[in-house]
Amino acid sequence: MPKMTVDPDYCKGCGLCINACPRKIIRLSENINAKGYNYAECFEQEKCTACKLCYITCPDVAITIEK
Amino acid sequence: MEIIAKRPEALTKEPFHYCPGCMHGVAHRLIAEAIDENGLINEIAGVAPVGCGVFAYKYFNFDMAEAAHGRAPAVATGIKRARPDMHVFTYQGDGDLAAIGTAEIVHAANRGEKISVFFINNAIYGMTGGQMAPTTLPNMKTTTSPYGRNVEDIGYPIRVCELLSTLVAPYYIERVSLLTSADIIKAKKAVEKAIRYNKENRGFTFVEFISTCPTNWGYEPEKARQWAKENMLPFFKPGVFRDKGEGVE
Amino acid sequence: MSKILMKGNEAIAEAAIRSGCRLYFAYPITPQSELIEYMAKMMPKVNGTFIQAESEVAAINMVYGAAGSGKRVMTSSSSPGISLKMEGISYIAGAELPCVIVNVQRGGPGLGDIQPAQGDYFQATKGGGHGDYRLIVLAPSSVQEFADMASEAFDLADKYRNPVMILADGMLGQMMEPVEFKPAKTDAELQELANQHLSWCICPNADGDKKHHHEINSLELDPQVLEKHVLDLYKKYAEIEKNEARYETYNVSDDNEVLCVAWGTASRVVKSAINEVMKEGKSVGLIRPIRVWPYPYDAIKQAIGKNVKKVYVFELNSGQMVEDVKIAVEGKVPVDFWGKLGGVVFTPAEIKEKLETCF
Ligand SMILES: Cc1ncc(C[n+]2csc(CCOP(=O)(O)OP(=O)(O)O)c2C)c(N)n1
Ligand code: SF4
Ligand code: SF4
Ligand code: SF4
Ligand SMILES: [Mg+2]
Repeated sequence: MPKMTVDPDYCKGCGLCINACPRKIIRLSENINAKGYNYAECFEQEKCTACKLCYITCPDVAITIEK
Repeated sequence: MEIIAKRPEALTKEPFHYCPGCMHGVAHRLIAEAIDENGLINEIAGVAPVGCGVFAYKYFNFDMAEAAHGRAPAVATGIKRARPDMHVFTYQGDGDLAAIGTAEIVHAANRGEKISVFFINNAIYGMTGGQMAPTTLPNMKTTTSPYGRNVEDIGYPIRVCELLSTLVAPYYIERVSLLTSADIIKAKKAVEKAIRYNKENRGFTFVEFISTCPTNWGYEPEKARQWAKENMLPFFKPGVFRDKGEGVE
Repeated sequence: MSKILMKGNEAIAEAAIRSGCRLYFAYPITPQSELIEYMAKMMPKVNGTFIQAESEVAAINMVYGAAGSGKRVMTSSSSPGISLKMEGISYIAGAELPCVIVNVQRGGPGLGDIQPAQGDYFQATKGGGHGDYRLIVLAPSSVQEFADMASEAFDLADKYRNPVMILADGMLGQMMEPVEFKPAKTDAELQELANQHLSWCICPNADGDKKHHHEINSLELDPQVLEKHVLDLYKKYAEIEKNEARYETYNVSDDNEVLCVAWGTASRVVKSAINEVMKEGKSVGLIRPIRVWPYPYDAIKQAIGKNVKKVYVFELNSGQMVEDVKIAVEGKVPVDFWGKLGGVVFTPAEIKEKLETCF
């Protein structure tokens, strides 16, 4: 099953991955990282198709995709 | 399970200092991926600009030089001539490349230096707080064009790809956009091509990225991309201006 | 090896190549054009790089790149062009890169003229570019010395990882004198030179597994770290001041009633004048700084014998070195100055006349 993970240390909560995801399964977490950003997370991993669009869009190279 | 997308090896672990949603980071990643894919990490060096990209020397995981404002193409020339067995690129903003460094970029291109130049066009001076750039659009407000860029007074934005295309020597010149995922996929191909040509020592290669500066434009990251799509792309049209490898002269 | 009659500009170029310089970047300007032309002719013959850059600014930044790659590299210009290089020189000093810069000085300020002058003393020895840094500055007074200073300059640059300037003038550049060159570096020596900086310079990863990340850089936003960096630079400069001052004494003795201080072309004229006044039984000595930074303060101080009534400084400028001489003299005797400006070189007769007024 495909898996998308965000490394909170890199994420700045810009939200671009949320818009990029065709399955609309990314949101900003209620938790914040060390820099004070609400980082992104995938809330429905099972819907992920590993299309990589979130990874492609992320300016902080915070996302890893597994398949 | 297999990892199909992760931080490229050609980037260090250092998190970028860029503002949230700034496309500098995407451009860095594309360059790093192309270096990994071409197996160049042990024989490539980059030159960072003065501008928001100034700390690029910390982010790329190989030897890097930090140049004076606008001088990156001259510094890259020195490196490439001193170490012809290495591959060299510069990473420059629009103020760096198209204002203070105009002479250096034009002449490096004109000599056909066997380097790659990655040019981040965000139509503004990001680092110094949003002043007018040579690429600032007509009527666009910046801190030094508070009433909008008056083209009667200060002239029109410079289209660098078109300008460099008047020279005979450059091998490859393309303008790409980083404004949608689909655009980034296209941009990746251009970066990969520039790095591959560089690896083969074919000649001067140049990729311009139409980018964003959410902070100084005063838009949210997604809105900034939308604004750039509507306002920048009509003036700075993406396309291949030169590709001697594919017969585009 | 026999002597060859050569212009100073050509001699320094030949000597630089023999010293292992294989990269040269410059922009044409009188009175140093023979230097760039010699390099254009000879670099291709030794598989070296010659680029006529688009400006002196570009040339010095090409030097920054090549020096950052650990290779012996040189640029040259004359006064107005050296001003343009000052930005790059400051970056090179900040990033601690070894390189050689030749200034064949002409009259200034501004476009000035194309005659020999020494008006760039302040620029060379007191800064010129921004920030706290020092250039090692060598000041030749003959074509032979000009040529000899090539290898000296490269060795100093490599030893201290610091830019070195050879501060000549239009007279030395243009004049022909017999020169004897040192043998050219062998391939093995060139290889050794190329390897000496591999621990920090831009170079390929020889062993793919042991990755390195060398940064050629003068930026440091943390004030504490920057301060430490500058303090470290000044430790290095203190070391240079301790070890590297060089000067020549001419006719210095306890009998001296006047002690002259002059450098470069000016010192040649002063020597001739001293020979003349000596015939009249008057005792005049000369200290010639061979390097003007670090400056030979102690040598001047020690040369002031018990009979010296006056220290006389002669320069082809408005008296830029006088400040350093005064530091050395420590107020013990009066310091006087006479010079010529606008690119005019004084004659021995003029200097003799000045010296005679001291007796
Ligand atoms: C010689 C010099 N002049 C001015 C500056 C100040 N300065 C730093 S960055 C910059 C503008 C950078 O803008 P750009 O190249 O567009 O890069 P961006 O930050 O937008 O990515 C300026 C003017 C400087 N560092 N050096
Ligand atoms: S890989 Fe595609 S589907 Fe999965 S989270 Fe990212 S964008 Fe959404
Ligand atoms: S695009 Fe990257 S940085 Fe932006 S919210 Fe998504 S994971 Fe975070
Ligand atoms: S100021 Fe603009 S260009 Fe610079 S990092 Fe921020 S958003 Fe990016
Ligand atoms: Mg910009």
